[in-house]
Amino acid sequence: MSEFFQHLINGLAAGTIYALVALGYTMVYGVLRLINFAHGDVMMVGVYMGYATANQLGRANQSSFLGVLAIFFVAMAGCALMGFLIERFAYRPLREKPRLTALITAIGISFALSYGFQLDFGFLPGAAPRAFPEVIRPVEWLVFGNPEDPDGHSVVIWNYQVISFAIALSLMGLLQYFVFRTRFGRAMRAVSFDHRVAALMGIPTDRVIAVTFMLGSSLAAGAGILYAIKDTAVQPLMGLYLGLKAFVAAVIGGIGHVPGAVVGALLLGLIEEFVVGYTASSWRDAVAFGFLIVVLLVRPEGLFGRVTAEKV
Amino acid sequence: MRWLSLALVATSLVWFGCEKKQPKPTEAPSAAAGEAGKSGGVTPAETDTLLLGEIGSLTGGEATFGISTRNGIDLALKEANEAGGVKGKKLAVRVYDDQGKPEEAANAATRLISQDKVLLILGEVASSNSLAMAPKAQEGKVPMITPSSTNIKVTEVGDYIFRVCFIDPFQGFVMAKFARENLKLNRAAVLKDQKSDYSLGLTDVFTRKFAELGGKIVATEAYSKGDTDFRAQLTAIKKQKPEAIYVPGYYTDVGIVARQARELGIKVPLLGGDGWDSEKLFELGGTALQGSFFSNHYSPEDPSPAVQKFIADYKAAYGGVPDSLAALGYDAAKVAVDAMKRANDLSGPAIRDAIAATKNFPGVAGNITLDEHRNAVKPAVVLEVVEGKTKYVATVAP
Repeated sequence: MSEFFQHLINGLAAGTIYALVALGYTMVYGVLRLINFAHGDVMMVGVYMGYATANQLGRANQSSFLGVLAIFFVAMAGCALMGFLIERFAYRPLREKPRLTALITAIGISFALSYGFQLDFGFLPGAAPRAFPEVIRPVEWLVFGNPEDPDGHSVVIWNYQVISFAIALSLMGLLQYFVFRTRFGRAMRAVSFDHRVAALMGIPTDRVIAVTFMLGSSLAAGAGILYAIKDTAVQPLMGLYLGLKAFVAAVIGGIGHVPGAVVGALLLGLIEEFVVGYTASSWRDAVAFGFLIVVLLVRPEGLFGRVTAEKV
Repeated sequence: MRWLSLALVATSLVWFGCEKKQPKPTEAPSAAAGEAGKSGGVTPAETDTLLLGEIGSLTGGEATFGISTRNGIDLALKEANEAGGVKGKKLAVRVYDDQGKPEEAANAATRLISQDKVLLILGEVASSNSLAMAPKAQEGKVPMITPSSTNIKVTEVGDYIFRVCFIDPFQGFVMAKFARENLKLNRAAVLKDQKSDYSLGLTDVFTRKFAELGGKIVATEAYSKGDTDFRAQLTAIKKQKPEAIYVPGYYTDVGIVARQARELGIKVPLLGGDGWDSEKLFELGGTALQGSFFSNHYSPEDPSPAVQKFIADYKAAYGGVPDSLAALGYDAAKVAVDAMKRANDLSGPAIRDAIAATKNFPGVAGNITLDEHRNAVKPAVVLEVVEGKTKYVATVAP
């Protein structure tokens, strides 16, 4: 039984990270109807910013409360700026062009970032994986059973797993509030509905879209750092894979739907964990993507997506 | 919904795109190769340098493999050139980066053979990549020496393919024997990389030998290269209560595996092969690797003067202690130079025959004698991880 609960916790922890990345995906899609394939790579850049900040702070300061705050702040602010630049110079000029053009551009940016970061320029760390510093010192938060038991009947929950989970849920709540209860959120929904009409109504569409991108990118950076704390290895290609998984999670939940992305991500994390734990790991991606296909066949709009046009 | 299906198609494009279509191999000729690189269509024999080819993973996840090997090869060729070169001519090397991908390695091999017309190819480290290159070398009748690909199939490709390291069956044998006889273990679990020929080869032999010697394999789990979350597999392994876990993967994965194993309360040592050998292993694994063991080609603690001189020269040139991939790169280049000196002429078949005749060649990673299957027969060492360093424990002879 202890094994089952450990799998459950592992799966939720993995799903939490997918959820954090999926939130940014789903929000940008909700407003722009653009799958921002560079999202995972923006996340990777954020992780490297956090990595550099942590190293600047040194071992003693990086795990203090202020140190952790600084790491998150630098990464999230840096990525917000990057999101702004990407939107301004790569996506905005293409806004009136067919959607496929922007999509291909997104793939281009994704590759440019993930391969550009492999170059060894001195200020870039190069291709080899790095260990992300233990910014949140791992502490066993809850242990069921005796960990010294040689039979290993124990279940361990770590502090950072709980912290990540709490952050994911509260960010989801915050985003929901922001989109449905604030003035700016109403503007976002209007732009998402029809950006030309929204502009005619006096909504500054360019600014709304830029802020959406900045928000999405800083969410990615935060997600990336929590991921790096969990799985420790940092390398330039990390964004491609994680971005893809998060995208699948967002589609399962109904892309454009904020709580849907979180539920889809947790489901995906749990499915992967149990498939690997109880069958063979070679089945993992087959089952995960198979599940996606089934969901799309039964409910093409995703588990929570609405068929109506108003999706944010 | 047409839009969504379009997006999905694009996703799969990205997914397969990152596996298959990559930028052209970048060219990174060493300083000496600059001149020779311009020779283009001219056959190397007509110029005053002899051009060798090298393929390695200079970028990508296993970048330290390629970089260490290149350093070792450069050092050996520098020494050979200082000693007068081969048949009165200087040696140069043309290096291509394969980013750790088999298809890039194959492309680079084709390019070295048909475009650069090299006399001989050195590389790769990873067996999957060497296996992709070997058929090209065999077809083009250009001898290829892999410094450190241990998968048995590599030299089976044909009579132009050689290696200066031992093979997987031997590495699996060494660790199985060490676990049973030195560590006196009865129950072992295996965590293998199901996408790597190297990992599968080691797993196969370790599993068989360990059982033959009276031990029991209690669990076999797998992951795929690029994974960073191994908790599902480790939780399944933990249930079987092994006394050690054999993880014949590369250092990129092993460090994270170790951390997550400790996190889940698994305290038994991890065992592994030469894929662990990198400075980065300790950065990634931290204290979690304390007390783990792996088999390797050489130990920098070897007191023999040849090894110590190599280490001193390497330190002077690149800083840092050479890992075994650097040592094997050095040995491979030395064997190549030695064979070219002995060869009747510099045609592919002549060089091949000279390499095949290599006997008792003193390499820094053990004396090299090539057997009829073109594999080196030499002992392995077992190293223990202590305080973020490796410590020599035992030598296991074939």
